[in-house]
Amino acid sequence: MSLLEIKNLQASVEDGRQILNGVDLVVNPGEVHAIMGPNGSGKSTLAHVLSGKDGYEVLGGEVLLDGVDLLGLEPDERAAAGLFLAFQYPMEIPGVATMTFLRTAMNAQRKKRGEPELSTPEFMKRVREQAAKLSIDPEMLKRPVNVGFSGGEKKRNEVLQMSLLEPKLAILDETDSGLDIDALKIAAEGVNRLRSPDRGFIVITHYQRLLEHIVPDIVHVFSKGRIVRTGGKELALELEAKGYADYEEAA
Amino acid sequence: MKAATPVKSEAEKALATTWAKTKDALPGKGSVAARREAAFEAFAAAGLPNRRVEEWKYTDLRNLMREAKPLAPPVGPAGLVRAQGAGRVFAAVGVRRLVLIDGQFISELSDLADLEPGLSIGSLAEALAANDTDVVARLGAKSPADKDVAFALNTAFMGDGLVIAVAPGMQIARPIHLVHCYTGEEAAAVFTRSLVTLGGGAGLTLLESHEGPDGIDYQVDNALDIVVGDGARLERVKVGAEGDAALHVSTTVVVLGREVEFRDLLFTTGGAVSRNQVFVRCDGPGTTLTLDGASLLKGRQHSDATLVVDHAIGGCKSRETFKAVLDGESRSVFQGKTVVRPDAQKTDGKMASHALLLSNDAEADHKPELEIFADDVVCGHGATAGALDEDLKFYLMARGIPEREAETLLIQSFVGEVIDQVADESVRDALTEATTAWLDAREQVELR
Repeated sequence: MSLLEIKNLQASVEDGRQILNGVDLVVNPGEVHAIMGPNGSGKSTLAHVLSGKDGYEVLGGEVLLDGVDLLGLEPDERAAAGLFLAFQYPMEIPGVATMTFLRTAMNAQRKKRGEPELSTPEFMKRVREQAAKLSIDPEMLKRPVNVGFSGGEKKRNEVLQMSLLEPKLAILDETDSGLDIDALKIAAEGVNRLRSPDRGFIVITHYQRLLEHIVPDIVHVFSKGRIVRTGGKELALELEAKGYADYEEAA
Repeated sequence: MKAATPVKSEAEKALATTWAKTKDALPGKGSVAARREAAFEAFAAAGLPNRRVEEWKYTDLRNLMREAKPLAPPVGPAGLVRAQGAGRVFAAVGVRRLVLIDGQFISELSDLADLEPGLSIGSLAEALAANDTDVVARLGAKSPADKDVAFALNTAFMGDGLVIAVAPGMQIARPIHLVHCYTGEEAAAVFTRSLVTLGGGAGLTLLESHEGPDGIDYQVDNALDIVVGDGARLERVKVGAEGDAALHVSTTVVVLGREVEFRDLLFTTGGAVSRNQVFVRCDGPGTTLTLDGASLLKGRQHSDATLVVDHAIGGCKSRETFKAVLDGESRSVFQGKTVVRPDAQKTDGKMASHALLLSNDAEADHKPELEIFADDVVCGHGATAGALDEDLKFYLMARGIPEREAETLLIQSFVGEVIDQVADESVRDALTEATTAWLDAREQVELR
């Protein structure tokens, strides 16, 4: 069975403007899909609609994650069902320590899946292990979530959360934006470590450079709210060379 | 600012009747009785403050206080039993409890053994009965709150309270907890006045809690008069957890010497109507004062924090941070006035008031005021009112945290900014727990 199945997904924003115009996409376990497209093509909207953000109206279509219909679920229920969205702009949450946040999130998901809460030593062990792999200073985890973090630190924190929450499908929304090459490499290595035969990824990006580090199996071109072309990783290079002009006119 | 009210309200008439009936029985003779008389006359001339009185614009006491209850009778055995659990908010803190039931100091329920050297504790009623010269002089002195009508009523009717003094240089490690509890089955009025004096270089943590039964519209007019000597340190935390029909007005008057460190936190969850007014005057340079507040309100609760900080002398720093969490049709009022006198150069004063509106029917009123007569000062104010940040909520939910829990986390962090400033860790924990209890109760109501 496919891991994620999006069928003819259509959605609009609150003012009624339709952004997604019939998206069809199948992600099988173990696959990394890249979605590339010009600014304003609806790539981030797709990520938001999949994760259940307010402010969008689904007009039609279906989204199944491991057979579960996501569109009827709240964002937290989608997360517990195995969906993870790495934010383009991770939020700063003053007053909530990163550790508290991680623990609350992990236990909330476990509770929803009927699993027991993690003991404090077990939780600490997991966090320390994963943080070390991402070169995250444990002191940082005592600070409020993302407050005063650099762009690179915020994205690494997203990857840390992904590592701890172990989703079935992760969507990376413009993870490369605002990162220098070193920060990009650390984040990409973190993602690559999480690649596994039963996990899927959707990597949303405008530029090809992220895909040098997270090498996709399949590349889609997104334009005017739908997928207009699908190919292998060489398609990303072609887009880099030729730009999106063809698709903006064609669509 | 006295707006004459042509027709006496029922409550004003009732207060006059109570005054005529009880004034001769109130503790203190001579100059104290004269002071009471003058205070009542001042009240009678002004009437209960209404919305035309600028300081009470958002808390129209004349309208909110339809009746004036009779003075609370002496506490009986049943009251003593009902007061047993009082003050449990600070049960884990290791405090010295001083218990006031229905406005009356109850020494047998209070911890008076093993007083630290340099600490003295007594009852106001006893001090007045004994014509204690220091207490009489203190009550006769001018006060920054003299023009306030609620304070005048307190002066007229004050029955009992505590007289606490810390000798110069003495650090009192064990916090003192003034436990105020109303136990009457009928509504009555309670007027308490406590006097606290810290000698130069002394240190104290003063906790205060106010509570009573739900469903009884009792009235509390409480006053706390604090004098802090040079180089002393005082932290006061007041928990307002009155019953849901109660009317509570508290006036805190603080006079600070030089190089004092004073921190104050008003934490309010209870009462139908509550007003906390704090008048602070800096008389010496190098003093730092922090006035913080957190209110968690629901239903039709109304809570008002009115602060007046008077920089009578330069070189002092004042900080005010108030947070209100408003559910249902509740309403919070913040009025912060900072006065900088002509000679008070190098004053550094900032205030901020923030309201988190959890419902469309809640209301927050912020009124910051700066009256600056000196030219070399740094003063500022800020105010916000808004709903929970939907983007933050989505971020938490996208990590698997259910909506209600995400809101709780965000509200806790909003209030936490002021609670985290409390120096005493166990007090901080107690307030965090009280916040959690309020949020849990909110969740329960939502789930029902």
